[in-house]
Amino acid sequence: MTISRRSMIFGTAAGGTAALALAACGGGSDSGSGSGGGSGDPVYAFNIEPQNPLIPTNTNEVGGGRVLNCIFAGLVYYKADGTAENDLAESIESDDNQTWTIKIKKGKKFSDGSEVTAKSFVDAWNYGANAKNAQLGQSFFEPIEGFDKVSADGAKADDTLSGLKVVDDQTFTVKLVSEQSDFPNRLGYSAYVPLPESAFDDMKAFGEKPVSNGPYTVDSWTHDQEIVLVPNDGYDGPRKAKNSGLTFTIYSSDDTMYGDLESGDVDVVDIIPNSALTSFEDTLGDRAVNEPGALFQTFTIAQNDPNFSGQAGKLRRQAISRAIDRKSICDKLFNGTRTPATDFVAPVIPGGGATDVPGAEVLEFDEAEAKKLWAEAEKKKPFKGDFTLAYNADQPHKDWVEAVCNSVKNTLGISAKPNPIPAFGDFRQQITERKLKGAFRSGWQADYPSAYNFLGPLYSSAAADGKGSNDGDYKNPEFDDLLKEGLAASDEKGALEKYKAAEAILMEDLPAIPLWYQNTLGGYSENVSDVKFGWDTVPLYYAVTK
Amino acid sequence: MIWYIVRRLLQMIPVFLGATLLIYVMAFYAGGDPIQAIMGDKPLSPAVQDQLRAQYNLDKPLIVQWLIYVGKVVRGDFGVGFNGRPILEQIQTAFPVTFRLALIAVAFETVLGVIAGVISGLRKGTWIDTTLLMISLLVIAVPTFVIGFVAQFVLGVQLGVVPVNVGRDASVVNLLLPGFVLGIVSFAYVLRLTRTSITEVATADHVRTATAKGLSRGGVISKHIMRNSLIPVVTFIGADLGTLMGGAIVTEKIFNIHGVGSVLYQAINKSESPVIVSVVTIMVMVFLLTNLIVDLLYAVLDPRIRHAK
Amino acid sequence: MRSDQTARSLRPAAEHFVAPLDETPLQKVDAVDTTATPRSMWGEASHNLVRNPVFVISALLILLLLFVAAFPGVFTQYDPTKGDLSISNQPPGDGHLLGTTRQGYDVWARVLYGTRTSLTVGFFAMVISTVIGVVIGAFAGYVGGWVDEVLSRITEIFFALPLVLGAIVAFTALSNGVGTVTIALILALFGWTNIARITRGTVLSVKYQDFVTASTALGAGRLTNLAKHVLPNAIAPVIVTATVNLGVFIVAQSTLAYLGLGTGSVSWGGDISDAQPALRNNPMMLFYPSFALAICVLSFIMLGDAVRDALDPKARKR
Repeated sequence: MTISRRSMIFGTAAGGTAALALAACGGGSDSGSGSGGGSGDPVYAFNIEPQNPLIPTNTNEVGGGRVLNCIFAGLVYYKADGTAENDLAESIESDDNQTWTIKIKKGKKFSDGSEVTAKSFVDAWNYGANAKNAQLGQSFFEPIEGFDKVSADGAKADDTLSGLKVVDDQTFTVKLVSEQSDFPNRLGYSAYVPLPESAFDDMKAFGEKPVSNGPYTVDSWTHDQEIVLVPNDGYDGPRKAKNSGLTFTIYSSDDTMYGDLESGDVDVVDIIPNSALTSFEDTLGDRAVNEPGALFQTFTIAQNDPNFSGQAGKLRRQAISRAIDRKSICDKLFNGTRTPATDFVAPVIPGGGATDVPGAEVLEFDEAEAKKLWAEAEKKKPFKGDFTLAYNADQPHKDWVEAVCNSVKNTLGISAKPNPIPAFGDFRQQITERKLKGAFRSGWQADYPSAYNFLGPLYSSAAADGKGSNDGDYKNPEFDDLLKEGLAASDEKGALEKYKAAEAILMEDLPAIPLWYQNTLGGYSENVSDVKFGWDTVPLYYAVTK
Repeated sequence: MIWYIVRRLLQMIPVFLGATLLIYVMAFYAGGDPIQAIMGDKPLSPAVQDQLRAQYNLDKPLIVQWLIYVGKVVRGDFGVGFNGRPILEQIQTAFPVTFRLALIAVAFETVLGVIAGVISGLRKGTWIDTTLLMISLLVIAVPTFVIGFVAQFVLGVQLGVVPVNVGRDASVVNLLLPGFVLGIVSFAYVLRLTRTSITEVATADHVRTATAKGLSRGGVISKHIMRNSLIPVVTFIGADLGTLMGGAIVTEKIFNIHGVGSVLYQAINKSESPVIVSVVTIMVMVFLLTNLIVDLLYAVLDPRIRHAK
Repeated sequence: MRSDQTARSLRPAAEHFVAPLDETPLQKVDAVDTTATPRSMWGEASHNLVRNPVFVISALLILLLLFVAAFPGVFTQYDPTKGDLSISNQPPGDGHLLGTTRQGYDVWARVLYGTRTSLTVGFFAMVISTVIGVVIGAFAGYVGGWVDEVLSRITEIFFALPLVLGAIVAFTALSNGVGTVTIALILALFGWTNIARITRGTVLSVKYQDFVTASTALGAGRLTNLAKHVLPNAIAPVIVTATVNLGVFIVAQSTLAYLGLGTGSVSWGGDISDAQPALRNNPMMLFYPSFALAICVLSFIMLGDAVRDALDPKARKR
């Protein structure tokens, strides 16, 4: 779910500045204290207040994402390792990787008793794509034919995606704008779930208490306090709830949350506060979770930055990358909860975390080599001004940005300074308007488990110039071609090979400088067992037993 | 008296308008483009951005936005936040918490400040006076957030006598320590004010007369010194309630209290200008009203002052 | 004014017999040399000041702080911005007087260089806010009428906005490139009201007094009158308030830095904020910058106190 979701995670991880909960009254987790683990008790899980009503296509942050994943079922779902398996889908097939025929299982129902049909999907997707509805997840429908029409200014409320066709109650077809072999893989993302007909009458009311078709349904949502989910008897798919209910307790401070975890007032958390990074593994023992995750930290240097363009710029990017002592920062500042990057794709993703990408040595700290590269660049074109690394100061990035700058400064002997920008909105505004000078913090959390999702949206020419998340406007036809070939490849192995070749190009050009992968961090109380975390760093709540 | 109140209330109108405009202008620029904050890193299509902008009136000129806002506020409608929830609802849950916190702070500063001030004032020049003065200076010099950290660490983490974080349960007991921290700077001012006032009154003629008439020292202090010297203290404390509510943002952050300060802080981070303006405007109004009440109180306490016009 | 003073000078003699409430020893009163030539207010004040230990100590401390701010390099060989993770979290010793931070900065150097940020912000904010306050207060009080009404309402608007609250919003509005002077400007923007109120009050109280009327009768212009005869009366209270304000601004700046709104330069507030997560393991990291900050603010408040006592005849009878 891209950076905003990632940044929400980072944000709450240190002080809860990004969290929204403002409740005044008691309640919430307190009611769970002292429970002996009887089967009647729900599982209490950490969450932050969702930023928007619970509308699948209008949620782009983790607070709402956690809930939506639990209450809706899509065509496919992701197992813990990230492999996609059919949930509602009977089959998803295509002869050309461009026109997909999707058949859904019969007899699946929403919690209000209405049937899940092909129309439920097509209507929901059309709703999400139409500009009139101003949905934050709109871009997920971009690959579908006709998106350019419904997403443009002047689109009418009843405009629909020309690529979506209902064949019969159980079948619909999707025509994409280009070949995309990993399309079925994406469909486990919460923006692609079906919606009941009643939702379209009053979407706002729906968002407060959705009629849903997933493992759980919303029983009540007390803003800033808790969201109570009860198992949905109508759901009989692979994610059937193994507990008697799931209550999200809403926190605005991760320190409070951590205290509640220690006392057993909250059962499952997927964040560890910075103040506990050194101690949580000792405190929680085998109930601590610290494993590689799908969050990836980088910083981007725009292509048109005069210091970093041309041949001299290329050398300079490499020099900067080699001047950063990633391991020291991961160990000393993050207590080993980050893993130094060795490629451009996070490790839990198939093909990610590879150590054999050609040219990957550019990510290794080497003082002598860094100095040499920098000197070579200086000969071609002298460096002007300071090296600055911008970040949004409303979230806890200061520590590592400072350390990265210090590492660059100490190694290369140049002036390197953090450039804090107080608010996230302002930070993003300056990036999208291409006004931000120097390097800036970037990062990525995949929306769906695919190596392509770490490369295409970030570095392809199609995503440059404000059309996507290629904020540095990196353009390399060779790289674009390899991605296309990867998408059109007939099997995963073939695709991954192409992506690796594409990554090799990135190693040389370094449109962004990879830093580290953020581990999945979390923990659980003594009251629960069978806690597993998904590839997306979110716990598999349905599998938790209490 | 009534005319005085009416005049003061009328004077509040331009102050209210000016304050909202000032905050609106700042909030308008604060945090950059709110739409950018909403959409995160993944760009929304221009059409969706336009739609959202229209929805929150962001497409209109600043002054028009402000007029729309003021027009609605006057009718009691504070609008809707970016999360779709009415701003008034958000403030309504947060306001009582901050109010409670500020009241506790005022209670602390009043009780401790007046007692210490009276002792200090009556024993001027002694070691006890010097000690109390030094304490008051130190309290002013050390920033509240440092006092907050240390108090939280020592009393909460190490001794465990108070909860480290207040969180959802903003009961009076849980707010005792944060209230103390919030009120501690004012405590120093109350102490100093009381001390000055006491020494001034203690040397006034009527006190001498009373002593000369043979009144006991206790009688002199309670009847003649305290009553008169506490007038400026009372007015300070009254006005301080408004100040403390606005100044609670740091204390609320340290102790994770879900009051208006934290609502404001979140809103600033999201560039949610309607929330920023609403919260600050309410703070300003509370401040102005408490000040008015204090001025009226002043007249009641001190018969020499009459609000003529 | 004069009659009041006469009454006061008579009072101590009677006091001793009536009520021993005032601790002033009689012999001190007797010791006053009534034949000495009376000093001016300022002469009297400076005479009192140099004999007041509080003033002497705080003035010396401020001089020391100014020197440190100007030449921090004299006291340390380290660059406060040179962070080296290989020496992070070192205890004191080994060349690092107070040890190193998590980022591997030398703590002593950070404390020294932090003086500069605090004093610069405090000083500029104090000067700017005093100028704004005096100008607005003087005009409001002297011109009166609708000008006073308008200026008073404007003052009230800013008065009602708490300093830190206003500064946070203004800070985020300015976004990047907020330097030391900009912070000072922001703080001054929300911190001038008490100066304005004091100036206005003083101006109101003296503008109809005889010497002002006399000056007007002699043909002095309104502005000349204001500058020559009215404003000097406000100088004493303004100086006192401005000195205390300076301390308040320094605290406010550190509070902003604590909230993440720093300037990027080495500052005590920022370092205190950075030290907070490690409070459990390394409380001294929080103590050093806090201590420096407290000393700095304390010096200015004590200086203000001493000056006020010296200028205020009421408080002089110690």
